[in-house]
Amino acid sequence: VCFIPGGLDCSISFVSHVLGKVCIHGRQKEVLGTLVPRLAELTKADCIWQRICWRLLECVPDRWMEAVVLGFVQRAPGADVLSRLLGNLVVKNKKAQFVVTQKVLLLQYGHTTEVLQNLLGYLSLDSLRRALLLRVLQELLETWGSSSAVKHSPPEQQLYISKAILICLSHLKEPEIQSCRQELLTSMMEGVKCHLDSSLPQLRRLGMVVAESISSRINTEGPVLKFEYEEDDETRELKSLLVQTPPLCVAPSLPDDQSEKADAALPLVPESNKKSQTAAPVMPDEESDAELDSDDDLIPYDMSEDKELKVKAPVYIRDCIEVLTGAEDMDKWEATVKALESLVRRNPAATREVSVELAKILLHLEEKTCIEGFVELRQRAQVAVLTMDPIPVSQYLTSQFYSLNYSLRQRMDILDVLVLAAQELSCPKFRGKTKHSGAQKPHIQLLPGSDSSKDWRRIVDERIKSKTRRFAMGQCHTELASGPNEFNSVAGHFFFPLIQHFDRPLTTFDLLGEDHLVLGRLVHTLAVLMYLAVNTVAVTAMGKALLEFVWALRFHTDSYVRQGLLSCISSLLLSVPAELLLADMTEELLETQSWLGDVVEKDPDGDCRRRALQNLLLMENLKKKLEAVPS
Amino acid sequence: MALPPPDPQFVLRGTSAAVHTLHFSCGGQEPDIPILFSGSENGFIHIWNLKTHRVDTVLDGHGRKSVYYVETMDGKDRLLSQGRDQRICLWDLAEGRTSVTDSVFTEHVGFCGCSLLKVAQGRWLMAIAARGLEEVQVLELPSKTSVCTLKPEVDAKLGMPMCLKLWQLSCGSQPFLLAGYEDGSVVLWNVTMGKALSQLVCHQEPVMSLDFDLEKAKGISGSSEKVLSIWSLNEQQNLQVYKTHKLVNAGISDITIRPDKKILATAGWDHRIRIFSWKKVKPLAVLDYHTATVHCVSFSDHRNPCETLLAAGSKDHRISIWSIYTQT
Repeated sequence: VCFIPGGLDCSISFVSHVLGKVCIHGRQKEVLGTLVPRLAELTKADCIWQRICWRLLECVPDRWMEAVVLGFVQRAPGADVLSRLLGNLVVKNKKAQFVVTQKVLLLQYGHTTEVLQNLLGYLSLDSLRRALLLRVLQELLETWGSSSAVKHSPPEQQLYISKAILICLSHLKEPEIQSCRQELLTSMMEGVKCHLDSSLPQLRRLGMVVAESISSRINTEGPVLKFEYEEDDETRELKSLLVQTPPLCVAPSLPDDQSEKADAALPLVPESNKKSQTAAPVMPDEESDAELDSDDDLIPYDMSEDKELKVKAPVYIRDCIEVLTGAEDMDKWEATVKALESLVRRNPAATREVSVELAKILLHLEEKTCIEGFVELRQRAQVAVLTMDPIPVSQYLTSQFYSLNYSLRQRMDILDVLVLAAQELSCPKFRGKTKHSGAQKPHIQLLPGSDSSKDWRRIVDERIKSKTRRFAMGQCHTELASGPNEFNSVAGHFFFPLIQHFDRPLTTFDLLGEDHLVLGRLVHTLAVLMYLAVNTVAVTAMGKALLEFVWALRFHTDSYVRQGLLSCISSLLLSVPAELLLADMTEELLETQSWLGDVVEKDPDGDCRRRALQNLLLMENLKKKLEAVPS
Repeated sequence: MALPPPDPQFVLRGTSAAVHTLHFSCGGQEPDIPILFSGSENGFIHIWNLKTHRVDTVLDGHGRKSVYYVETMDGKDRLLSQGRDQRICLWDLAEGRTSVTDSVFTEHVGFCGCSLLKVAQGRWLMAIAARGLEEVQVLELPSKTSVCTLKPEVDAKLGMPMCLKLWQLSCGSQPFLLAGYEDGSVVLWNVTMGKALSQLVCHQEPVMSLDFDLEKAKGISGSSEKVLSIWSLNEQQNLQVYKTHKLVNAGISDITIRPDKKILATAGWDHRIRIFSWKKVKPLAVLDYHTATVHCVSFSDHRNPCETLLAAGSKDHRISIWSIYTQT
């Protein structure tokens, strides 16, 4: 496209029309691929070209404006280039303004961070446009802080909005922040509350990072908000967005590199501090050997008995109970806690006599002195007691789950212990092993004490994978050692009491109300118990009860709960033998299938959709399997 | 083939309370009987006859509050005792008397034992942990006048003084004080001028006890951690760490060097008494008799070195007497 320079008035609206039409037909990439770099070069120094470019864009008809503007925003290599190309288009043109400030930021969320940087940088580069920047920030914060948005919008969208907020913050100058400080503070407080309420750890972390960033910008002196969370790539990326470096000719990934280097420099400093603190003593002269050594006539006595003083742990289980409940001697208490698990495992008969009492003591045991790994020690002891005497102890634990005056942590501990014990009982190979090494069994890897929700997902996923492979390739996992399944006789005792009272609220514990985190954990626990109950006698009854349970809760608003419900369905489909499924539960299965189809299409959470899809696949496979078997 | 450690020569029972402090007085000539003074947690001071191994007299002067320091002044007829009733009592024990002739109210609520130094005939200096948290006061006895107050700098953050030792190179020369503090440092003070000459961080935990060898200008300190710290004083009056010795179990309540400077004994929280050679701090023996923390160890001042005894008092109410490394 060539123009005649030198004082001639040209009308370029024709070109605008062409450009718009091409873009709307989906040819943005080709046209703008050549156009944008050319224009970027031409407009670098020449104002006339700049004005021509602006005119070009202003003349694009409204109905094609979105495509063009979006294309430019995506193509421009930097915010300053975008600024040269678009000029004050967003101020002059209503449609462009809508696209830039509303559509790209709030209604879409598929764009990359670069696009966001370009867009928001563009808004910040001109004083006329900065007012828009402030308005954009306010609207972003409103969305970020609204509890319904946090609950119902997908995590990807929330990440996108968080990034946009952080980039906006990085562009704002001090006086501007001071002017809207109060609103920032209120939105931050509301927003952080909604985020911390969420059951998904990713959303909680997002909330914490954004709140910290806002707080650090509005409180330049004085204490800032600081949360404790695990750093990972996502949080580091988000934090790097807060720092804006002046745009160079190099690729815009430079700001990220610089902040990465800064991060790397920080860990080195505390290490060198530690080293300087250890004082080096003055070394004695070696000439002491030359001195007359009158020590030679002092012959040492035998000191082989001189060993470290170790407090002996009790050898009998009843003694352990005494120490743990009496607890005046702290050394003995510590030694007992450490020795308890192995004592329980070595004395099954003695444990069975006092199992419920031990379980009670362990459930209420609090950390009295500072032992390393207290939580794990207690959990392992509880699992040991439960596996030694499953029926009475499981009755006790499940009844306590629904009792008054337990903390949420204790209730979730009960669930964890039940699952770990169930796993141990159902797999004879793991009996008594303290370390669950992943190398042994290809699919089940339950690590005690870790974040259980991730593991359930992994277990079910792997089982599903193994199941679906079977049709193509046949059995591909190694044969495992066989032994009696001890979970068989007790599966019902673990499962049914948990599922019985979920809809009965107590004064301090309301599963269907506020305590949806515990409900989520309960649902995941039931999924695992169902999965582990494969080949047991009670599996069909369990399956039926579980299906009813899932049906009652299928529209729950918390996505963590929904993920758990879908895991339940997976476990069910995998554990209950296909013939029994179709014989006893045909209508329920058909209803479930239509519900799953709905979830696949409409559920806002990506995880839920994926799991629902897997469940549908499993159901398909089941059908095929039954059709394949000649009746 | 190393011999097994010896058994105690005898064991004194009858205090019916944990023993916190011991002091021998065996230097007298015949017909003076060798005596051991012990202070217990029930506030009594027992005077043990080392020939009959029985208690001769019981002194009750601290209102049943634990006695944590006893020492004789000029022979066994004058005793000084310090208790948790915040008092230091001076006793007259001549001719069978048991009376308190004088007392000093220290206002110190900690456990830091005082330190006595004879500077002239009939005159002593006594260093005590005073009322102020980090201060040490030096008094002159028997006039009870204050010689000076040793106050560390404000930002030194030494904590409470835990153990004290007054010394002077020879009679009449300048007295010095070595003080171990709660933060693990040992400070050398010049008493006459009232200022600190040197500070050395010996331990990471409070200094529980220290002892000092004048001739070699070398000292040793024990703490609640697993390390014994041996330090020396150079010509510029600066403390330097000489070496450290790592113990098997943590916690030392008391350290004492034998008067002939050949060996030293430590009283441990692990119920054991350890004997080391003083020259190189080489472990020589581990005496494992007591069944609870050993609170104090003390060497006797017998004129005949072959009769030297070591006494250890423990929380298990017993005092064990040992004869070890007595051949020269």
